[in-house]
Amino acid sequence: MPDRFEMTVPSDLANLACIAEFVTHAARRLGLSEQQAFEVQMATDEACSNVMEHAYGPGVAGSISIACELEGEDLVITIRDRGRPFDMRNVPPPDLTRPLADRREGGLGLYFMHKLMDRVVFRHDAETGNELKMYKRRLP
Amino acid sequence: MEVKVRQLKRVDLVEVFGRVDSATAPQLEAALQGIMAQDRFRIVVDLQGLEYLSSAGLRVLVAALKQARRWNRGDIRLANVPSRIKNVLQLAGLDAIFRSYDSAVDAVGSF
Repeated sequence: MPDRFEMTVPSDLANLACIAEFVTHAARRLGLSEQQAFEVQMATDEACSNVMEHAYGPGVAGSISIACELEGEDLVITIRDRGRPFDMRNVPPPDLTRPLADRREGGLGLYFMHKLMDRVVFRHDAETGNELKMYKRRLP
Repeated sequence: MEVKVRQLKRVDLVEVFGRVDSATAPQLEAALQGIMAQDRFRIVVDLQGLEYLSSAGLRVLVAALKQARRWNRGDIRLANVPSRIKNVLQLAGLDAIFRSYDSAVDAVGSF
């Protein structure tokens, strides 16, 4: 049984569906429950959408790679791209307590990533590009 | 992803099938905007066939909801919400904001 699954696709929103299928399959193969696999798939979808929408400019071709593997008892999703660095700390979390009319609509994707995964770590390297790691502890 | 729109007497029924993510959310937006452009603001969205709803899809629903409820002219109500999707709505704090029904018939009848 392989420990690591990886795919690389053009950074195109149309590829979100196959990324979701890939991550769901990989997560299940690595021992996550159906519910956990769904959560990982959702966090990955949100993260990849952000890359596709923000990292590369319009009309700029780039690729995005998604790896799925175990590190001890954690499932780790690693998303890599070579686009503009994106600092998550610059995006304020959505205020869910405010009345509907007042709510800003941004930040919900990042919020989901943090709620659905146990840990989210972003790194940018001038040579290798952006790397986002998301961890989820496997339930017994 | 597929969106089917049926115009009933007083209400429009929108059925969503498949995944609503950043790629397909614009289709859902176009369908809802198309209804409201006809000055029709009582909309039921039947989610029985919905496999996945991302933050992009939620943004579309929330924006449409605000528009439909303006001046009390209408509402967007949900029907047949799959439990996974209910969890997503709860996570976003939106479960209390949308009125949900167990069937499209009940949702339509609520208007």
